[in-house]
Amino acid sequence: MIAALIFGVSFTALLQFFVSYCRSILSASRGRELSQQTRELTGIAGGGVNGDEFRRLMQLVLLCPEHGDDAQAMTAVRIYYSILGILRDLAGRASKGLSSWLALEQGSCAYFAAVALDRRIAFSRELMAQQMMSHS
Amino acid sequence: MLGSIDYAMWFLSASFEVSVVVCILRARSVKRYLSIVFYMLAEVLASSGRLFVLLRAGYSSHEYFYFYYYSDALLVICLYFALMGLYSQVFQEMQVSRYLRIAAILLLGVTAWFTYGVVADSRDRLLTHFVVELSQNLYFVGVVLTYLLWGAMMKLRETRTRLIQLVLSLGVCVSAFAATYALRNIYPAFSLWQYTPPLLAIALPAAWAYTFLRVTEDSRLATAQVVSPNR
Repeated sequence: MIAALIFGVSFTALLQFFVSYCRSILSASRGRELSQQTRELTGIAGGGVNGDEFRRLMQLVLLCPEHGDDAQAMTAVRIYYSILGILRDLAGRASKGLSSWLALEQGSCAYFAAVALDRRIAFSRELMAQQMMSHS
Repeated sequence: MLGSIDYAMWFLSASFEVSVVVCILRARSVKRYLSIVFYMLAEVLASSGRLFVLLRAGYSSHEYFYFYYYSDALLVICLYFALMGLYSQVFQEMQVSRYLRIAAILLLGVTAWFTYGVVADSRDRLLTHFVVELSQNLYFVGVVLTYLLWGAMMKLRETRTRLIQLVLSLGVCVSAFAATYALRNIYPAFSLWQYTPPLLAIALPAAWAYTFLRVTEDSRLATAQVVSPNR
């Protein structure tokens, strides 16, 4: 009985903490401007990114050499995006307001992926410049 | 016999823990994050000890079982210190850290007493069951404490991004641990629970390493942006 109660409370807290943690990661990336190069590469125009672009952006991120310190945050955002997707499918027909909020959140996930891509492109260029320097 | 996955898990966990300590040392913030440094070093020590026992006695041995869970119970107590460090940072300006320390020690004592009380009723399983029950209860108290801290941060409109992410990632891991231990108590025969805690043990140092590497000390974030769905 006690174990079941602890499980219920802990699982609810886990969901709340997880959503807040993901939103804090997304909020931190929201303030970053994308470079022109990344915009051209991904075809992103304007301030926001459509949530449906997330998977395509993540595939591009995976093509770039890993910086090594953002894998954990990416996993968290990926899980968050999937949860949002499931909720969007479930609540899509029931509430328009909720559905549009979920779409906005998925857009934030996509923007996070774009920022990660931007960072990895900058890292790759830095690596290449270092290699060029060492060869010359 | 240990497989490459076991070694990889141990290596990942230890390297994330060391990176947290290195980041704090490099930023010369040891005084501010002393409790986190202490906790991470305790984690490195415990995971090295676990690997040693694992190599000597094997995965399914009683030695490894007891070493794992008793070291885990000690680590949760170290985690309390880390949590108290975060509490004192949040309540820095209110000068209440002494009261917080007293409250934490009292809570710890009450948890141990309560756990003993519950398990003492069934003496035959005292040794085997006590340690899992204790871990579950200690982590649950950790969940409650982290939740209270997060509530206080929202009330005080805390804006330090680093502190927000440290507390939230701690909350995720502590509640995941508590939920796993509770499920283990409900379904003790299910073997998956044996592998979940070591996996979760990687998540917290990984999240903290990310925070210390990616989030600067002076970056700011409104808690309302994290909580309210419309912002």
